[in-house]
Amino acid sequence: MNLLQEVEQAQRRSDDALPKFNVGDTVKVHFRIVEGEKERIQIFEGVVIARNGGSSSNANFTVRRVAFNEGVERIFPLHSPRVEKVEVIREGQVRRAKLYYLRDRSGKAARLKAKGYTKTEKS
Amino acid sequence: MDHGILGKKIGMTRVFTDDGRWIDVTVLEAGPCKVVQRKTTDRDGYEAIQVGFGEIKESRAKKPQLGHFASAGVPPTRDLREFRVPKDSELKAGDEITAEIFQVGDRVDISGTTKGKGFAGAMKRHGFKGGPGGHGSHFHRAPGSMGQSADPAKVYKNKKLPGHMGHTKVTVQNLEVVTVDASKNLLLIRGSVPGANGGLITVNKSIKGAS
Repeated sequence: MNLLQEVEQAQRRSDDALPKFNVGDTVKVHFRIVEGEKERIQIFEGVVIARNGGSSSNANFTVRRVAFNEGVERIFPLHSPRVEKVEVIREGQVRRAKLYYLRDRSGKAARLKAKGYTKTEKS
Repeated sequence: MDHGILGKKIGMTRVFTDDGRWIDVTVLEAGPCKVVQRKTTDRDGYEAIQVGFGEIKESRAKKPQLGHFASAGVPPTRDLREFRVPKDSELKAGDEITAEIFQVGDRVDISGTTKGKGFAGAMKRHGFKGGPGGHGSHFHRAPGSMGQSADPAKVYKNKKLPGHMGHTKVTVQNLEVVTVDASKNLLLIRGSVPGANGGLITVNKSIKGAS
């Protein structure tokens, strides 16, 4: 392991502390915000549309939500100490690693199937 | 900190600060360096230490160099550089310099040899704007006018023209030391540092910043 990898390794969360979620999941990201002296937790809820950076310490994930008819995407560093936790609300069944196609869709077309969804369950 | 240290650029990454922001850093392997020679005003006309970095096999060193290193009692190294020191400096040949000479928050000046770009045109080398790409234009990337006409009837010296770009010594001033880990000879510097990964880097105390 070279020095660069050692530095990056030290930045990573341990595997146990790593939030577990996949692309397509609807999540609540608990993000710590520091305003001067005060600290508070802000929750950003949306669909994970991409995970970048693999297992590197620079890994990011992108969460998309539609707020007031306007698509909002936030990119969070996976290993940032400011990301307190990532709560999975709903697991989505997707066939792509990057869900950028959701940007071109709105309303009903932008829905994702839940994991384990079958037609019989629908009724 | 009266003097600097030699090191190797490892690469860039980002680290998180205590309050959760991230900053971009360059990872340097700094030292350990051995002082090979102490230059004094009496003998050499100025006060300096000569420092070696990057150990090599004895068989790789040239004979006159071997003698020079042997007189200091240190193993031969690939690179030798000098740092000016005050007259009362107690450093002598054989002393070791480690990354410990720096503290977190220090300001440093870092020199390195930039990546060579080869023979570059005026646009890349000097930031000329060039001409339009199309629409009947035949003026694309040429340097343009060389100057005036019969008076002065010459091209002024230092006119910005195409030529060799890069592979020059460049110093970046007033960079911040983010982390010091002397056990791993590790320095993290905020921002970028001249040169390719693996290149020789000189880390000196900052002449402008307070440190």
